[in-house]
Amino acid sequence: MIARRHLLGLGLAAVAASARAQTVDLRLPGGPSQRPLSDGYPGKRGMIVQRTAPPLLETPLGAFDTGVITPNDRFFVRWHWPFPTEIDPAAWQLRVDGAVERPQIFSLAALAKLPQNEIVAVNQCAGNARGLFEPRIAGAQWGQGAWGNARWRGVALRHVLDAAGVKAGAVAVRFGGADLPPLEGAPAFLKSLGVDHARDGEVMIATHMNGEPLPLLNGLPLRLVVPGWYSTYWVKMLDRIEVLTAPDDNFWMAKAYLIPDTPGGSVAPGMATFPKRPIGVMVPRALITSIADGDRLPWRERLTLRGIAMGGDAGVARVEVSSDGGNVWRDATLGVDIGRYSFRRFEAALAPVRGSMVLRVRATNANGVVQPLAPIWNPSGYMRGEAETCQVEFV
Amino acid sequence: MRLFLPALLFAGAAFAAPVSVTLPGDMGAYPELGQGAPAADAINNNCLGCHSAEMVLTQPRLTPAEWQAEVAKMRNVFKAPVDPADDAAIVAWAVEWSKRLPAE
Repeated sequence: MIARRHLLGLGLAAVAASARAQTVDLRLPGGPSQRPLSDGYPGKRGMIVQRTAPPLLETPLGAFDTGVITPNDRFFVRWHWPFPTEIDPAAWQLRVDGAVERPQIFSLAALAKLPQNEIVAVNQCAGNARGLFEPRIAGAQWGQGAWGNARWRGVALRHVLDAAGVKAGAVAVRFGGADLPPLEGAPAFLKSLGVDHARDGEVMIATHMNGEPLPLLNGLPLRLVVPGWYSTYWVKMLDRIEVLTAPDDNFWMAKAYLIPDTPGGSVAPGMATFPKRPIGVMVPRALITSIADGDRLPWRERLTLRGIAMGGDAGVARVEVSSDGGNVWRDATLGVDIGRYSFRRFEAALAPVRGSMVLRVRATNANGVVQPLAPIWNPSGYMRGEAETCQVEFV
Repeated sequence: MRLFLPALLFAGAAFAAPVSVTLPGDMGAYPELGQGAPAADAINNNCLGCHSAEMVLTQPRLTPAEWQAEVAKMRNVFKAPVDPADDAAIVAWAVEWSKRLPAE
């Protein structure tokens, strides 16, 4: 056992030389579960290092407990391919072409002259909490921190498309960034949205996040914001927009980021053959943030649970908490509503018993979609959406 | 929100400053697993070019077939120049790594 721990330590610690001498246990079933925390990434502090390069950085639970907005320096980071580490915003060019009347090249100054707006929206990796799926699934082994909520500022994609003039017959709009595969023939990271979605006035080309220019690791100088949709569509370091006249058949739309075409994206564990579709709208989720799964806490008569909830593509209508593993549910009190795509706070009073307590929490969105109690499973570990469990012990 | 108004009023100027960052450079290697265990040479030679070692080291216990499928995906989809002759040694190391994960 000592030898095993030593080996694991070697592997994971060696790659985080600048980390504080701190680790976090993500409690992934079957492990490995320990991850280093690092201050070593530009514009970031106290991030859980899932992978040094290309960086996969997870937000620790505590950062979600301080408010509904996730600070830029704690916001999660996920890159598929290497990306530029030097960005000159004054020289940035966003190309818009394909099936358009007037191909465009926008500078940031030109974008800034278009109408600006703001939206608060949750940005969540399709594979958030993949490491908690059972049976386990290969891929980035995220705990509960591959998401965040920010106030995004920028220009509606619609204005940019209108300037170029989308031609009749266009069906999709494809987005690419400055992250490029290092190997010849590997698929560049490209994502697309249906043309009506792209022109809905909500999808945004963001320049700012929580009042600051985007951190480089979150996509400086431009990233797509697709409210209510998983982060895979929120293309970072955006420099190419191409209007397509046929559905996008590129790898990242046709082969990757597919989910079972079933309610909640779930199939029986182990199932591999079923109709698939590209992942899209997020499902409601709620997470207790004031205590963590596995905590041992001094008993007290009363404890206020706090957490965050999101509704996916609709607002949070209700959050319920159970202190008996999901049999009896009570309504939590909801915090201020700052937008249908935002996190929303909840609070619930708990009367702890001595010993083990199995807390569960579930959200219902404004469309009436409620988190299921049964686990979600699919072979890519996407779209976790079941009511989360937090087992704690009061001693 | 303090940068918000200046960004509006001086849109060009607000974006003017180039940004340059340095990312952590220490990538780390796959460790040798000890006498009699499969050597780490093949995985170190083939599986550090595109991603750091945690991509492998953080995985749950995968079967030999699952590890082989990962190697094949890296070569066939992501065009990693992995010599198929190295597959067996890469998979053997990863399977041994998997075996040493603590039991739940």
